Amino acid sequence: MNNNLIQYIYGIADNSLILGQRLGELCGHGPSLETDIAMTNISLDLFGQVRSYFQYAAKLIGGDATEDTIAFLRKEREYKNVLLVEQPNQDFAYSIARQFLFDVYHLLVLEELQNSKDETLSAIAKKSIKEVSYHTRFSSDWIRRLGDGTEESHNRIQTAINDLWIFTDELFHQTDADKAMVTEGIGVDVTLLKSNYFKKVNEILEEATLQIPTIEYFQKGGKQGIHSEHMGYLLAQMQYMQLAYPNMNW
Amino acid sequence: MTEATEHIDQKLFEILETVSDPEIPVLSIMEMGVVRSAKIINGIVEVQITPTYSGCPAMDVIGDDIKLAFKQKGYEAKIELILSPAWTTDWITPKGRAALEKYGIASPLSESADKEALLGNKKVVKCPQCGSFNTKLVSQFGSTACKAFFQCEDCLEPFDYFKCLK
Repeated sequence: MNNNLIQYIYGIADNSLILGQRLGELCGHGPSLETDIAMTNISLDLFGQVRSYFQYAAKLIGGDATEDTIAFLRKEREYKNVLLVEQPNQDFAYSIARQFLFDVYHLLVLEELQNSKDETLSAIAKKSIKEVSYHTRFSSDWIRRLGDGTEESHNRIQTAINDLWIFTDELFHQTDADKAMVTEGIGVDVTLLKSNYFKKVNEILEEATLQIPTIEYFQKGGKQGIHSEHMGYLLAQMQYMQLAYPNMNW
Repeated sequence: MTEATEHIDQKLFEILETVSDPEIPVLSIMEMGVVRSAKIINGIVEVQITPTYSGCPAMDVIGDDIKLAFKQKGYEAKIELILSPAWTTDWITPKGRAALEKYGIASPLSESADKEALLGNKKVVKCPQCGSFNTKLVSQFGSTACKAFFQCEDCLEPFDYFKCLK
């Protein structure tokens, strides 16, 4: 069993799982029917991708492991998602800013992951790129629309970008599993994506007439399993059914 | 015959054609291009299907429906979900596209026209009800992951547009 590969898969898939859960919370609560459906459609795409990753991880782990045990029965410290994706929904601008800052990163990672030596990861990446390109288009459009919209929408999206900016640096940190997988030609070297990421993000922010934050203090920890206080509440809700009714099925 | 359907035994083809997409009942899964191969190996029909979108909830149902269709003809079937090469809207057959239009769903345009349509730059999506091109994008995401939501400004009917996926 290649433990580094399993940890690497968690690192990628947990981002989509936790962001998908956050977006799912908006089901029935979006600011308009269209955005409600859009956010939950994105959630559905992300969960679909997560299922492919976790089915693969379950095969590697063997025994009783399934996509569901991996998704629902790990402890908080065992989830390796970045802090950005677990940040709660506040106003719509906040959800869009979180989506945008993640989408741009997600697409860059997938574009590299499709060249992975690991055939399964490469196939999942190729499939997901098509979906994530669409997510990026959606969130970028809304960044422009809110930024270049009314004074109120501009201020709100600027505040959201400013608040979430401290979570962007962590995207480019590497865990030991990441490093091992890069050496084996399986994983993506995220440190190489950083300049391109900020170039793309800054371009859209400028188009949206938004200020690029200049803060230099960043938060980290998610990739090591050390999460913000929001994560426990998120997991409590996400894991409830499996913990209350073990092995339940729809 | 598209790239998607070249490894299929003729007698299996006819059974597979009776299975439809649960979200779009007028469209058989063969017209949709989601069946990659179907072969009888050691007395069991092995069918490979590929999802349109990763999270498409119809895939589990399609798998069960295929098994059922074969069972009714006395076969046992095994389903394998494969991701590569990834499904594209190019695999929807001409017959499938016509069925979509008749059902009220505008069929996917070329990649470049699709982009113009979804950015709201050009009026290129044809209303499946009245045929007018005077249509507007209402939402990039529609009733399912594979569709966007449009409205015709002539007959005023809302309709789904099947997004181009390449």
